[in-house]
Amino acid sequence: MPSATSDARVLIQSLSRAYAATPTNLKIIDLYVVFAVATALVQVAYMGLVGTFPFNSFLSGVLSCIGTAVLAVCLRIQVNKDNKEFKDLPPERAFADFVLCNLVLHLVIMNFLG
Amino acid sequence: MATAALEFLPAPLRSFRLKTKQQELLLRVSTLALIYVLAFIVRLFSVLRYESMIHEFDPYFNYRTTLFLTENGYSEFWNWFDFESWYPLGRVVGGTLFPGLMVTAALLYRFLRALSFAVHIREVCVLTAPFFAANTTLVAYAFGREIWDSGAGIVAAALIAICPGYISRSVAGSYDNEGVAIFALLLTFYLFVRAVNTGSLAWSLASAFGYFYMVSAWGGYVFIINLLPLYVLVLLVTGRYSMRLYVAYNCMYVLGMLLAMQIRFVGFQHVQSGEHMAAMGVFFLLQVFFFLDWVKYMLNDARLFKSFLRITLTCAITVGTLALVVGTASGYISPWTGRFYSLLDPTYAKDHIPIIASVSEHQPTAWSSFMFDFQILLFLFPAGLYFCFKRLSDATIFIVMYGLTSMYFAGVMVRLILVAAPAVCLISAIAASATIKNLTTLIRTKSKSPQASSGKTTGSKAAAKGAVDQSLPFQHNAAIALLLGAFYLLSRYAIHCTWVTSEAYSSPSIVLAARGHNGGRVIFDDYREAYYWLRQNTPPDAKIMSWWDYGYQITAMGNRTVIVDNNTWNNTHIATVGRAMSSYEDEAYEIMQSLDVNYVLVVFGGVTGYSSDDINKFLWMVRIGGGVFPVIKEPDYLVNGEYRVDKGAAPKMLNCLMYKLCYYRFGELTTEYGKPPGYDRVRGVEIGNKDIKLEYLEEAFTTSNWIVRIYKVKPPKNRS
Repeated sequence: MPSATSDARVLIQSLSRAYAATPTNLKIIDLYVVFAVATALVQVAYMGLVGTFPFNSFLSGVLSCIGTAVLAVCLRIQVNKDNKEFKDLPPERAFADFVLCNLVLHLVIMNFLG
Repeated sequence: MATAALEFLPAPLRSFRLKTKQQELLLRVSTLALIYVLAFIVRLFSVLRYESMIHEFDPYFNYRTTLFLTENGYSEFWNWFDFESWYPLGRVVGGTLFPGLMVTAALLYRFLRALSFAVHIREVCVLTAPFFAANTTLVAYAFGREIWDSGAGIVAAALIAICPGYISRSVAGSYDNEGVAIFALLLTFYLFVRAVNTGSLAWSLASAFGYFYMVSAWGGYVFIINLLPLYVLVLLVTGRYSMRLYVAYNCMYVLGMLLAMQIRFVGFQHVQSGEHMAAMGVFFLLQVFFFLDWVKYMLNDARLFKSFLRITLTCAITVGTLALVVGTASGYISPWTGRFYSLLDPTYAKDHIPIIASVSEHQPTAWSSFMFDFQILLFLFPAGLYFCFKRLSDATIFIVMYGLTSMYFAGVMVRLILVAAPAVCLISAIAASATIKNLTTLIRTKSKSPQASSGKTTGSKAAAKGAVDQSLPFQHNAAIALLLGAFYLLSRYAIHCTWVTSEAYSSPSIVLAARGHNGGRVIFDDYREAYYWLRQNTPPDAKIMSWWDYGYQITAMGNRTVIVDNNTWNNTHIATVGRAMSSYEDEAYEIMQSLDVNYVLVVFGGVTGYSSDDINKFLWMVRIGGGVFPVIKEPDYLVNGEYRVDKGAAPKMLNCLMYKLCYYRFGELTTEYGKPPGYDRVRGVEIGNKDIKLEYLEEAFTTSNWIVRIYKVKPPKNRS
C-alpha cells in the first residue's frame, strides 16, 4: 500500500499547510478544544481503571470537558471571519455568549459533582 | 379613510391620531390581551358551577405534594419518603415525581403571599393550569411569528386559546403535569427554532432552560429529545444544514442533558436509556459531519478529500455501531420502556402490561375524538401543510415534522391529542392566515384596478397587473364571499369549542351531577362524604384497601394510609389487591391480614346509575391479579365469555369479595319504580345473590347515594 501511505502523507502535508494559514485567535481556540478533549479522554481512561462509582461525578467531569469543548467550537464558528452567516455578529457578543454558557455549564457541573 | 373620519373630531383629540404602524401595534397588543384573558376565562366553567376544587385522581397527589412543599420547605420535599401510601412498602416521593408543577405552584403562592394576597394554596393549584394556558397563547403567537408572520401568530394564539384538545387537560381544577408541560413544550420548541434561525448561543441556552423546565414537569419530554435529533437528521439529509444548526443543537443538547440529569426521577437516563440514544447518536454524527465539512473547506482538493472521507467514515461508522451493539447487548443501554414501546407497537400493552392497557386514556383514538377535539382544524391542518411546503425554511420544516409525528402519536393514544394540539393549531393558523391574507389582498387590488388599466402606454408591470385583473371578472365578489365563509367557519369553531368545554371537559369527576325528575340539578357529593367520614371516624393509623384509582384521593382528603394508589409502580402489590378482591371472603381475609388492612373501600354505582364503578372495573382486577397469581383465572368469572351479575352469573363471581361488598344489603333496596328490589341500574339486571352474609367484615359506612361503601375488617376471633 505505498499509494495509501503516500496519499496519507500528502493529505497531512496539505492539511498542515492550510492550517498554518488560519489566524492566531482561531488557533488559540483550537488549542483549548484539544486540551478539553484530552482531559475528557484522561478521565475516561481513569474511569476504566477504577470503575464508574460515583457515576454522577464521572459524568459531570466528562461532560464539563465535552461541554466546554463544544462551546469553544461554537465560539470559533461565530468568530471566524470566513463564515458568511455570522458576518454581522460582533465577536464581543459571541465571546459574551460563550462566557455565559460556560458559567451555566459549570454551575450545573458544581451541583452535579456531588 | 381612518384619517378622514378623524377630521370630525375636536381639535385637541386630533393630536392623538396614530400612524399606521402604531395603529397596527395597538390592534395587535389589544387582540393578544383579549386572547390571554379569553384563554383563562374559558377554563373556569367548573369553578363557577360547583366550587374551586381539585378534579380527578392524579391532581390530588400533586396537591398533597404541593401542600407538603409549602409547609415543610424545599429540602424536606426533595428528600421526602412517604409512608402513608403503598403500605407496607412506602414510596420515595422525592425521587419518583416530576417536581416542576409543584415548584411552580409553590413559587406562585409565595409570590402572591409576598404581595399580601392571603390566598390558600388550593386556589393557586386550581388556577395554575388556566394561567399557564394563557401563557401558552403568548408563546404560540411568538412561534407563529417566527414560522410565518405576525398574522399567523395571532391566529395561532386565538386557536390554541380555545382548542378543546388542550382545554381537556388544563381546565381550572385539573392540577396535573400537562397543564404546565404543554407551555414548557411549546416554549422549548419556539426557543430552539429561534436558536436555529439566529445561530446565537444565548437562544440555545434559553432553549436548554426550556428543556430543563419540560423535563422537570412531565415524562413526555422524551418526545422533545427524540424530535430534535430527527429534525437535525432531516435537515442534514435534505442539505439544509448550516453552522447555525450546529451551534443551536450542540449547545442545547449538552446543557439540556446536564440540566435534565439534575431531576432525580430522570437520573442518568440520558446516557443509559434507549429512548435517549437518538439524541446522542445525532450529537456524534454532527461532530463528524461538521469536522468533515471543515476539512473539505481546508483542503480545497476533491481527490485528497475523497480518500480522507473514506477513512474517517469507515472509522466513525465502525466505532459507532460497535458502541451501540455492545451497549445494547450487555444491557447497559436499557431498551425502550413499556410505556413508550406501546406507542411504537400499540398491541404490546394488551398482551404484556395489563395496567397500561386498562387505562381508558391509553386507548387508540377514534375519529369522533379527533372531530370533537379539533373540528375545523382537522381540514385546516393539511391546508397548512401545503402552505408550509410552498415556503420551506428551517422553521417550517420543524413545524411540519412536529405536526406529523404528533398526529401519528395522537392516533395511537387518546391522551396524546394534547401533544398534537399546539402543532395542529399552529399549522392551521398558517393556512387560515395565508388564505385570509390572499383574499383581502384580492379585494384591495381590485379597488385600485381602474387606475392601473387606464395607463395602457405605461411599462410591462402595469400591463401584467391589468392582465391579472381582467382574468377573473367576479374576483372581487368571490373574494368577499370566501371571506364571509372563512369568518363563518371560524365563528362555528368558537361556538363548538365553548360548547365542548362546557359540556364535556368541565366536570370535576369527584362531584357528579344529574338531572332530577323535575329537571332540577341533583349533585352527588358521595366521594368527599366518604373521604371525610374516613378522616373523622377512623383511627389515624388505619390502613385502607381499595382499587388503585382512589388511592391519591384517599391519602389527600381522607388523610389515611392506603395499600395501592395511582402511581402503579408496583404491579405485584396491585395484583395482590386484585387477587383479594376476586377471591372468596376467607381467602381474601388472609390476604388482608397479611397487609394489615383495617378498612376496605369500594365504589358502587348500581343505585344512581354511575357507570365508572368497581363492578365495571372488576374484570381488570381479575386480569391484573391473574397476571401475577395464576390461581385467579378470568374464565371462572364469565359465563360463556359473557360478564354477568344476575342469577345466571358464574358461582365464583356471585361469591367473590367485590360482589359481596358492592351488593351487601342491596337486595332489599328498590332502585327504580316498577322494577324488583335489587335491580342494578348500571348493568340493567336484577342481581343474582341477594342474601349476602359477611363473616369477616362489617359495614362501616355507606354514603347517601350508595356510591362509596366502606367496610371494617374484623379482628381475628379469640378462639380459632
